This record gives sequence, structure tokens and C-alpha cells, in this order.
Amino acid sequence: MALLEVRDLGVSFVTRNGVNKAVDGISFDVEAGKITAIIGESGSGKSVACYSMLGLVPMPPGRIDGGSAHFDGQDLLQMSEAELRKIRGRDIAMIFQDPMTCLNPFMRIGEQMIEPLVLHRGTSKAEAMERAIELLGEVGIREPASTINCYPHEFSGGMRQRVMIAMALINEPRLLIADEPTTALDVTIQAQILQLIAELQKSRDIGVIFISHDLAVVADIADQIAVMQEGRIVERGDREAIFSHAEHPYTQKLLSAIPSGGKENAQAHDDTLVRVRNLKTWFHSGEETVKAVDDVSFEIRRGEILGMVGESGSGKSTIGRSLLRLVPVTGGEVEFDGVDVTALEGTALKDMRRRMQMIFQDPFASLNPRMTVFDTLAEPLLLHGIETRKSVSQAVLKLMDDVGLMRSAVRKYPHEFSGGQRQRIAIGRALATRPEFVVADEPVSALDVTIQAQILDLMEALGREYGLTMLFVSHDLAVVKHLADRIVVLYQGRIVEQGTGDSLFANPQEPYTQRLLGAIPGRHLL
Amino acid sequence: MNTEVIQDIAQAEEGTSLWQDAWVRLRKNHLAVLGLVVLLFMIVIALLTPWIAPYAYDAQNLDLGATPPSAAHWLGTDVFGRDLLTQIMYGGRISLAVGFIATSVALLIGVSWGAIAGYVGGRTDAIMMRLVDILYALPFMIFIVLLMVVFGRNVILLFLAIGAVEWLTMARIMRGQMQSLRQQEFVEAAVSLGLPPATIIRRHLVPNALGPIIVYTTLTIPSVMLLEAFLSFLGLGIQPPQTSWGLLISYGAETMEEYPWLLIYPGLTLTITLFSLNFLGDGLRDALDVRGSKD
Repeated sequence: MALLEVRDLGVSFVTRNGVNKAVDGISFDVEAGKITAIIGESGSGKSVACYSMLGLVPMPPGRIDGGSAHFDGQDLLQMSEAELRKIRGRDIAMIFQDPMTCLNPFMRIGEQMIEPLVLHRGTSKAEAMERAIELLGEVGIREPASTINCYPHEFSGGMRQRVMIAMALINEPRLLIADEPTTALDVTIQAQILQLIAELQKSRDIGVIFISHDLAVVADIADQIAVMQEGRIVERGDREAIFSHAEHPYTQKLLSAIPSGGKENAQAHDDTLVRVRNLKTWFHSGEETVKAVDDVSFEIRRGEILGMVGESGSGKSTIGRSLLRLVPVTGGEVEFDGVDVTALEGTALKDMRRRMQMIFQDPFASLNPRMTVFDTLAEPLLLHGIETRKSVSQAVLKLMDDVGLMRSAVRKYPHEFSGGQRQRIAIGRALATRPEFVVADEPVSALDVTIQAQILDLMEALGREYGLTMLFVSHDLAVVKHLADRIVVLYQGRIVEQGTGDSLFANPQEPYTQRLLGAIPGRHLL
Repeated sequence: MNTEVIQDIAQAEEGTSLWQDAWVRLRKNHLAVLGLVVLLFMIVIALLTPWIAPYAYDAQNLDLGATPPSAAHWLGTDVFGRDLLTQIMYGGRISLAVGFIATSVALLIGVSWGAIAGYVGGRTDAIMMRLVDILYALPFMIFIVLLMVVFGRNVILLFLAIGAVEWLTMARIMRGQMQSLRQQEFVEAAVSLGLPPATIIRRHLVPNALGPIIVYTTLTIPSVMLLEAFLSFLGLGIQPPQTSWGLLISYGAETMEEYPWLLIYPGLTLTITLFSLNFLGDGLRDALDVRGSKD
């Protein structure tokens, strides 16, 4: 008998606009000692399905339509809130996407860790502390005896996720539900956390439900995979079956969305458009000086897409912002088409800004929530005198066509769009002034994989159409290789290696590059 | 292209679509519209008072004394035999003017001051906000008395003096909003488009900070009206026979056991005005929050 048997589970949300079937009769099993992955894009119902079993979906508006979820022979759906509370945190534990919001910033790690132990098992404080220290060691936290007295903000994102995992394990659960546990992390950290989950699951023989939007992430660790779309499981099978011969078109779409392959050599010109020499961007915070970018030199030829990879804190975003004069540069030169950008002021700078633009990471933050699409797109056109008030509406509609937005949406506000559509608006704004050079700062890392693929395709097509030169910044080597002509690898504010995608993948010289390559999820698929 | 889109674009070309949308949404909010209508009514009455008031504002009838409402004096008379309706109408001129002008002064100074300090940051911010702190620390009564002593007593000065005190909190609120907003990527995007700082503040930052500002404004207007009453009561504001709602209420409160109407009617007028203001303020805040709208 499986550890968890879900049969015909249905969950709806009752709103003013009618009933929305979030989960529509799904069935799956989770075996002890196996990892079952549930894959689907946002809104597919994958999280709702798992949360509803644990009574974590607010009702109303939520409503369980039917079905059963037998955990260890007992139906979770029939349990009272009090019974469920006992099961949660003791037999079934969860880890979430963002470990920062799940930890109480005012409590020491140790106190938070032992809380469930003291609560559910009635263990003494000293004993619980001992257990917590032991577990922290097990999830790979160095010197657990002293770090247990730290506050959450003293840990990095990856370390916090380790702490969360240790917390989840403290009551020796038999089922672990991991909801996008690596989505907020860098690739290298992601690889470590995935490995940790797989190891812990084997050594403890527990069942794991791994929720993700990205098939590639689970390619190495999942035993069973269920693919969800619009509340239904459209395909289910073991890993080999899904990856080698997926039958459902949606699964095939997910598989093809995994960025793979290199880029065929484009028509890069010989002349250099951007020349960066000994760029230094340092930040001062109190006494400390953070050398975000430390003596970096590179060139981008006209029409070329230069990929820039590195983990968070490597200075890759700061380089992009330095080129566009969005952060003050400490030293060095940034030459754009023969002009030193770092020295420009006033109208000369404004004129230069027309020629170089930026696409931001988070399409929810990069658009003014109180400006319609029309105003957002018209602003740069009017500012730089590219269009007059009379002619601007035609130009805006043309832009919307270019980036694949419905013309009828012209008067809508950003919150009325999905993440992918919002990124299209942001791309439209960046391209409005017909720039020659665009810095794309992680433009797809906040998006679902299928949407990622669409946006990457769009950027590729527009890049060709507009004759763009691009600096493409990302922590994801696979995405960069897919798009870029050349790749620069950044580590702690310095360039450690550069080359074409193929040469870098085939023959990485630096240990850091090798590590980055090794961290790409599902790399055997590439 | 369908006609709807063409029409939409024609509208959008006017430019200030946020305000137009807000107006459309505000009109759907019945309470807010009611508040607006009542306020406009009050303002029109106040403007027309010299021509439509039933009596002269300083006409006394000492033989009459304090009488309850009657056909000749709809809201009764005070101890000097002055018509209460007339007093309320003339008082409204002062009170509404103080409320709106002083609040506008506070808004103008506070919002620009806070926006600039919050946006520029660094040393400029420190200097600007320390100045605010110093003014905060100054007892405002002393400040106003000083102004009165130096410039002599007049109504315009009173407006300015109150406004000059009230802008401090406004500046604080605005600066706090600015500091969180300027971290947002859309501000960076605006910089990279080449927009000048003034435009970024005006188009991108202030509209996103309007919610708390509007709420605080609707709280400021009544407190300004009461402040005026307090100052007048101390002899620093306006003097009889000129009057204001605040003065009428404080005199009415003294005699409320014998002549309750002298308190009830001015109080009722002020209450209705404040309710209208709050309804309008809430409506405006919702209307300007595009995310809350259900179209």
C-alpha cells in the first residue's frame, strides 16, 4: 500500500464571478522512499491540491468537491481541523519556495526549530536543542552548535532553505511536501538542495511530493512524475517514461521548453559597439566597501548577444546597470559607439539613454502600477520626440503588435496582465526608442518555463528584427547558451572565463565554470 | 481596429488617463458622489452668502435675546439676538476657506518637500528632514503667536500659519512613501528611459503615493478647522462680529444647557461637512487605486 493515495480529489474556489475548479478530479500515489514530482505552471492547481489535503486552503472561498486522500490508511479529507493539526508538522511536513517569509525574523533559528518538537512530542527543551543541532549538521550547516543561535537574516538563501528542511525533518515525518523549494535559489545552490533532498529521502525512507513548474529540476531526482494542467493530471508515469516518450502534447511542450542547444552563429559585425575597460563599481555601506564589480573588461560587437552568467552577488546585474549609468561607476571606462558613457551629463546623457535600454527581471516591479499600457509605451516615444502626440497612438499599437500583445488591451493596467504578458509590455517599452543596445537582466527567471520559452523566442526574433546588440544577464547557463553568441562567466565581481557557448560547455577551464555547468538541472537532457 | 479601441486611444491621447479613470470609478461610488455634492453645495452657499443671507452678519437685536427656531429665524438666535442661520452661513465662509486653503498649503509644501527629500536621499534628505524635526519641536502656538506679532493679525496669515504647521506630517508621510517606491524597478526603468527627476517624481512616484496622502488630507481638513476655532477662542484668530463654525460651536458649548440649538446646528453643519469629506476621501482613494477596481 502506498503511503499516500489520492483518488479523484477535486477542489473549487467559489468567487463572485462563479465557481472556479482549481483541482478537477486528480489521482496519484506517493510511495514511501520515493519522490513523486507534480509539475505544472502557475494556476495549474498543483499547490492547491497538496495544500487542500492538509486543510491549508481557506474555506470558503475554497471547497473540497470530493475524492479521498488516504494517508497511512486514514482519509485526510474526513479529518477534523484538530486531527489535521496533529498530522501536520508531525507525520507530514512542508518546505516552501521562499524560506525567508516562512521563518520568523525575530526568533533564533534554534527556538523556531524546536517549537514543533516541544509542541507535538512534549520533548524537553534541552533534548530538543540537541536534536536540532544534530539535524542542522545533517543538512550541511557548518558548526551547527553555534549557528543555532543565529537569526534567519544571518543566513544566505540556500542556507535558509537548509534550515527549513531541517525544521521539516525534526519530527521525523513520513511524508515531505516540497513546494518549489529551489525556485528562488541560484543554480549552483539549487543543485545542492536537490541533492540534499534526494539523500535525506533515501536515508530516512520517507515519501516526498516535489512541486515544481520546471521539469528539468526534477529530471535527476524524481521517481514518479505527474504533469498537471488546468486542474487535471494529463500524464503520469515514472521518470524514464516521461522523459523518453511523453505522450501528452502538454508534456511534450514542457519538455521542449527546457532550453537546449546552442545558437547558430548570427551575423555579428566586426565593429565593437560596447567596450568596457577596467570597470569598477563599488558600494559603500558604513565602513565597509563592497566591490560589486572589480576591474572588469569586455567588448560587445554590434549585433552580438553577449551572455553574462554568475550567481547572485557575482556583480552581473551591477555591470548591466553600470553600463546604463543606473548606478554610479567608481572607475574605468564604458565606451558606447566611441563615446565614454561614464562622463556624459545632461542632454548628451539623455540622448545616450535613447540608444541603450534595459529589460528588468521582475515584470511585477518594473511597470508603474498606475500607468496604462498606453501611457507606459507612449512615454519614451514622446519624451525623446520620436512621435508627436498625434502620431503616438499608431506607434504604440505597432509596438504592441511587435511584442505580441492584443491591441484591445491598450488601456489596461499592469495588474490585469499575467507575468509573461507584463514582460512583453516591459520589452515593448525598452524597444520603443529603437535602441541599439539592450541590457536584459534575468528577463525570464521570474517566469514559468513555458512562458520563459515564449519570451526567449520573442527576444530572439525582435533582436533580429531591430538589429539589437544585447547583454543578456542570467544565472541560468542553459538559457544563456540558448540565446548568446558568446558567454562571460562572472565570479565575485570578476570575469573568470569567457568563450562561445559550445566551447564553454564542451571544455570549461575554470573550476567555477565547471561547477556552474554541473549544476544545470537535467543537464543530460541537453 | 475596432471602434472601441479607436475611442479608447482617443481618450488615452488626452494623457492623464489615471485621473480620468479615477473620475469614472468615483462616479460609480454613490457615497463619494453624495459627499462631493454636499461639499459643492456648502461651497456655493458660502460664496453666495453676502447676497442670500437672511440678515446682516452683525445685525443685533438685543430685545429679542436668545430664541429657539421660529419662522423669522429658522435656526433661532443667539444671546445678542443675532440670526443663527446667518451666522452659520458667514462662519462657513471662514471655516471652509481655512480648511481648504490651509490644507492646500500643507499639501503643496508637504508633498513636494517630502517627495524631493525621499527621492534625492543622502545628505539633502538628512538636511531637509532635520529642518522638519526642528519645526516639529517648536511649539506651534509660539510659532503662530510670533507670526501674529510680527505681521499683525489677519485672516490670510492665519491660513498660512496653520498650513505651515500642518505640512510637517505630510512631508514625513510622503518621504516614507518615496523611500520605498524609489527602490522599485519601474523607477529605475524611468531613469533609464532618460526622464528628468521632476517628471519621475510627478508621473511615477506621486501617483503611487496618493492613497495615504488623500487619507491624511481628509483628516487634516477637519483638524485645521478645529485649530482655527481654538486660535480664535484664544483671541489669535478671527474676532467677533466675524465668526466661524469652530467659534460658534465653542460659544454654543458654553450655553448648551440653556440654549441647546446654539450648539446643535453649528455642530450638525460641521459634522455633515466632515462626513462628506470622509466619504469623498475614501472614494478618491479607492478610485485612484487601479488595482482595487472591478470593471
